[in-house]
Amino acid sequence: MKILYGMQRPDEGEIRVNGSPVGFHTPADAIAAGIGMVHQHFMLADNLTVLENVVLGSEPRRGGVALDFAAARKKIKEISDAYGLGVRPDVPVEDLGVGDRQRVEILKVLYRGARILILDEPTAVLVPHEVDELFDNLRGLVREGLTILFISHKLDEVLRVADEITVIRRGTTVAAVNPKDVTSRKLAELMVGSELPSPETRESTVTDVVALSVRDLTVRTGDGRPVVENVSFDIHKGEVLGIAGVEGNGQAELVEAIMGMRPSEAGALTLAGADISHWSTLRRRAGGIGYIPEDRHRHGLLLESPLWENRILGHQTRRPNVKGPWIDRAGARADTRRIVEEYDVRTPGIDVDAATLSGGNQQKLIVGREMSGDPVLLIASHPTRGVDIGAQAAIWDHLRTARAAGLAVLLISADLDELIGLSDTLKVILRGRIVADVDPANVTPEQLGSAMTGAGEGV
Amino acid sequence: MTATDLPVERPVETPPARRFRLSAPVLLLGLAGLVVLLSIARLVTGANDITSAGTVSAALGLAVPIGLAGLGGLWSERAGVVNIGLEGMMVLGTWFGAWGALQFHSPWAGVVAGAVGGALGAVIHAVATVTFGVDHIISGVAINIVGVGFTQYLSQLVFDGMPGGGTKNSPPLPKMGTVSLGFLDDPLRTVEAKHWFVLSDFAGVLRGITQGVSWFTILAILLVPLSFYILWRTPFGLRLRACGERPVAAESLGVNVYLYKWAAVIISGVLAGLGGAFLSLVAAGIYRDGQTGGRGYIGLAAMIFGNWRPGGLAGGAALFGYTDALQLRQGGISVHALLLVVVLLLVAVAVYQLVRQRRGVAALVTGVVAIAVFVVFAVTDTVPEQFTSFTPHLTTLLVLSLASQRLRMPAADGVPYRRGQAK
Amino acid sequence: MNGFLDRMLGRVRLGGWLAVAAPVIAVVFAVLITSVVLLVAGKAPVEAFTTLADYGTQPRSMVMILNTGVMYYISALAVAVGFRMNLFNIGVDGQYRLAAVVAAGLGGAAVVPGVLNIVLVVVVAVVVGALWAAIAGLLRVYRGVSEVISTIMLNAIATGLGSWLVSEHFGVLTGNDLGTRPIPDDAHMPGIPLIAGTPVLVNGFIVVAVLLGVAYWVVLNRTRFGFELRATGKSESAAVASGVSVKKMIVVTMVMSGAVAGLIGMPELLGASYKYSNNFPAGLGFTGIAIALLGRNNPVGMAVGALLWSFLENSSNQLQLLDISKEIVQIMQGVVVISVIIAYELVHRYRIVAEQRRVSRELAAPQEAPKAEAAA
Repeated sequence: MKILYGMQRPDEGEIRVNGSPVGFHTPADAIAAGIGMVHQHFMLADNLTVLENVVLGSEPRRGGVALDFAAARKKIKEISDAYGLGVRPDVPVEDLGVGDRQRVEILKVLYRGARILILDEPTAVLVPHEVDELFDNLRGLVREGLTILFISHKLDEVLRVADEITVIRRGTTVAAVNPKDVTSRKLAELMVGSELPSPETRESTVTDVVALSVRDLTVRTGDGRPVVENVSFDIHKGEVLGIAGVEGNGQAELVEAIMGMRPSEAGALTLAGADISHWSTLRRRAGGIGYIPEDRHRHGLLLESPLWENRILGHQTRRPNVKGPWIDRAGARADTRRIVEEYDVRTPGIDVDAATLSGGNQQKLIVGREMSGDPVLLIASHPTRGVDIGAQAAIWDHLRTARAAGLAVLLISADLDELIGLSDTLKVILRGRIVADVDPANVTPEQLGSAMTGAGEGV
Repeated sequence: MTATDLPVERPVETPPARRFRLSAPVLLLGLAGLVVLLSIARLVTGANDITSAGTVSAALGLAVPIGLAGLGGLWSERAGVVNIGLEGMMVLGTWFGAWGALQFHSPWAGVVAGAVGGALGAVIHAVATVTFGVDHIISGVAINIVGVGFTQYLSQLVFDGMPGGGTKNSPPLPKMGTVSLGFLDDPLRTVEAKHWFVLSDFAGVLRGITQGVSWFTILAILLVPLSFYILWRTPFGLRLRACGERPVAAESLGVNVYLYKWAAVIISGVLAGLGGAFLSLVAAGIYRDGQTGGRGYIGLAAMIFGNWRPGGLAGGAALFGYTDALQLRQGGISVHALLLVVVLLLVAVAVYQLVRQRRGVAALVTGVVAIAVFVVFAVTDTVPEQFTSFTPHLTTLLVLSLASQRLRMPAADGVPYRRGQAK
Repeated sequence: MNGFLDRMLGRVRLGGWLAVAAPVIAVVFAVLITSVVLLVAGKAPVEAFTTLADYGTQPRSMVMILNTGVMYYISALAVAVGFRMNLFNIGVDGQYRLAAVVAAGLGGAAVVPGVLNIVLVVVVAVVVGALWAAIAGLLRVYRGVSEVISTIMLNAIATGLGSWLVSEHFGVLTGNDLGTRPIPDDAHMPGIPLIAGTPVLVNGFIVVAVLLGVAYWVVLNRTRFGFELRATGKSESAAVASGVSVKKMIVVTMVMSGAVAGLIGMPELLGASYKYSNNFPAGLGFTGIAIALLGRNNPVGMAVGALLWSFLENSSNQLQLLDISKEIVQIMQGVVVISVIIAYELVHRYRIVAEQRRVSRELAAPQEAPKAEAAA
């Protein structure tokens, strides 16, 4: 996909646009050939206006030097009206919502005269009604004769919107199917290549001992909007509590508030009977909270430090890493070797930098680290995101084993199968509030999905 | 911060409160208010120099190099390259400006040479930061060290042998022409000498900006709107700013980010070099070792003060130029009188906070600070001369500590960029 | 461009010497550039460099080099403490000068006798340096002011305050020289006869400098505090998630940097001039930045860098015998700094790429090959 858009170069093979072969060296070449791309992470500058973002790189000029704002505004209006995008040209992008931003991205591409649109995971950040709007827009574009390449791992969406489906696995085409002939189950198996690995948990190990109790937790942003509101729940020893929700509904803030990384406005947190509401992050960690962060590169690892120093991270007050104020190198190194061994971290040694490991192995190291020191509670935020299937199965195994040994787990995930398969209790979060309790034993991903979007409250 | 913005929380219909925009009438009104404040302080303290033509003229001259350095910073930081090396580029500008003027017997040749000198420093910065991705601050600090050493060596080599020159200074430089609106001189002088309330102050300010203004000053002032025009009204400027806000977005639209960053840094160096050349050619009429006295840094502060915008930057440069000028003109007494202006300003802010914003506590704090400054003002007669020397720096520090949380720098400022690293 | 670099550097085998390679290349490059500059000016480079080397190896000059080097080294340590957590203390310069003025004023007043006075002077200097640096730390934490700008402004303010203190409070006029009252003889730091063949003594503070270097290494590499400091420098977000209080670390690190900065002027004050006047060395804070960059914040590397700098400064006067201006040395120093930061950056990139290759080679399982995965 990056190759199609000229951001990377192919080693071999050929691209043909409308029958004639082309070779792209830069995105500019792709644009010239009529290919436009809407990136998963929006390529917009927040501090610039919609107009500036749209015309950037192919600006209309007046008198040779000046940017012709009037002409640009007119053209944007025309395109926006023609496809019903409803884009206002003079608003700063930072004032726009996600759906609006996406329409700006699409307009950007159309403005350049693209006839072929590549959309990379366009629905990942959208709420359902925005997805509907997007699909309406896309159908409008197709009616006008444009070609759309829709890349997604959300199978129902692909089935809904596509006229033709190509399945790619590990960089090779494995199938080309007609959406009318396949079910989403069949499509999923094509994608994964075999039976889907199942995160099924067997018998319940839930006890009545409360490990973490959250009462009326409210978190506000800097400008006073609530992002987590009156959230309450208990996690027992031996229980996995899953939080389901469309990304960006307060999950990240909830986790950060429990970790003490973000101040909470109201509410009480009790860990194994102790009130931890006013504890620092370090004290909460030492008190028995393990944390698998959502973004391991930003929050979980020192990428340019060796593995054994990464073992110390977050555990810098505890044995075997330290003795008093001193770092215990021997202890930390020995324990890192243990983790590498027990958690099957594939590495040539513990002195290589964390950055050199694959995502799955980095994640296994983090899981191993956070499981050590007998945690009471483990917060697992998207624990298998961006890892290969082997590592995914291993991480699920570790979570199950620890649960059986009495660990309480708060699981946050966008992978509904993972949530349903691992959780003993499932709660649905929407706009910062817990809106539904779901029994994972008899809920389908579809039902859960509609609960997450507010369509099927009270499942 | 943007990472935690929630889609569901985004109120689509109500954009956040509009940012305050300075329109021409508001600006003029503000300036007039300031003159009134200064006039009150002048009448109370008798520090006639705080609005005299001499002070204003000196302030203008001192604001120019600060403003040019600030503009240099603006260009580079708008493209996402932090340029702490402005000071070093300015140092190069002072030397090359002097050398060019002597070599070609023309101050304008000095102007060109100064710009080239600054650009030389900028080439190093661009190679290090843009091409090789070195930390911007480190590269900038290194350039400041190099700039000083290089010019000292060159002075030894070139100026030492010249009549009137030495190892640390050049011979006197050819003078640059000035312009005056001659017909205004006498009437304004008369009014100013009366020391009337407000009227004399306006006369002083007007005379200061209409008499004996160097062509270089006029050129420098014109560069402010020119920079605004290029950066905000042309495709070139849009692309350049996009590189400072979101380089991957610019890259994905086929903009050569390296090219625009390079261009921005070079222009930045040219402007800083011009600022240096102004110091040696116009302000002093001679090159001296250490002539910049940290004005590159103050320029950077003026740019931050101006929220990375040309107009605000010019305001910051004027403020720092003015405080700098005061210390030269009856420094102790003038700066002492300035304390009263600060008190009056703080009182105004406190009233605004109380009445318009209904922030009682904030108003109280401001009020207490105002009283404290007033007490200092009342119990002293003058400010020690050593203190006046750092008035601009202290002002910078105070302004930044009060305002820095409201400022908005380019989103990718100081972030190393490498092609193809898009996420 | 990247492809070219990979190919160019791909032939280099990874080894421990790689860390040393960058500064060596930079120095060689600087020698080349300087030679070109000399040739352009019509001088013989070889002669110039042999003159420098001859002078630098005489016992008396070696003592001088050590004595200046001690100050440079302490300054580099002060800067490096901040650098290790991405904190740019450009204000070392102001911190040490203000500390030296206040300490000199108090030392000259001789409120306590003898050795106690030495201790008092040193403690006061450390405290003043720390407090002055703390201003920048607090402004950063509570008001969001970049420490780069604030420390630069504080340098100028320290200059003004210092000269005010000297002229209004501590000053005595000796001839033309306005300075603080000299510290009495019984509170002079004794020198050490370290180098044979010269009666000139090595400044006693060399012991302090060595101890500081060792302490720097131990604290950063062997203590929990040092771990947290380095973790914050490498990834602030990861440090926060690990329970490091970044605000506290910023203030503490700034205070430590300032405290060390307070010591920079002590070898001069207690071992050479015994008073603060206009002749007191200035700009050592910036020299410290250069040396910290050159030595890559490594205690041994910085020691080598400090001695190199000191050697160049001290022997530059000899060049005048050859009718070469001594400022050529500054050009050489400048080129060293610029080229060393670029060289380190390249070596750093190469090291990451090379290590990734090595890891994927050593791992048998092919699907575990590290890929530049999109950070989810």
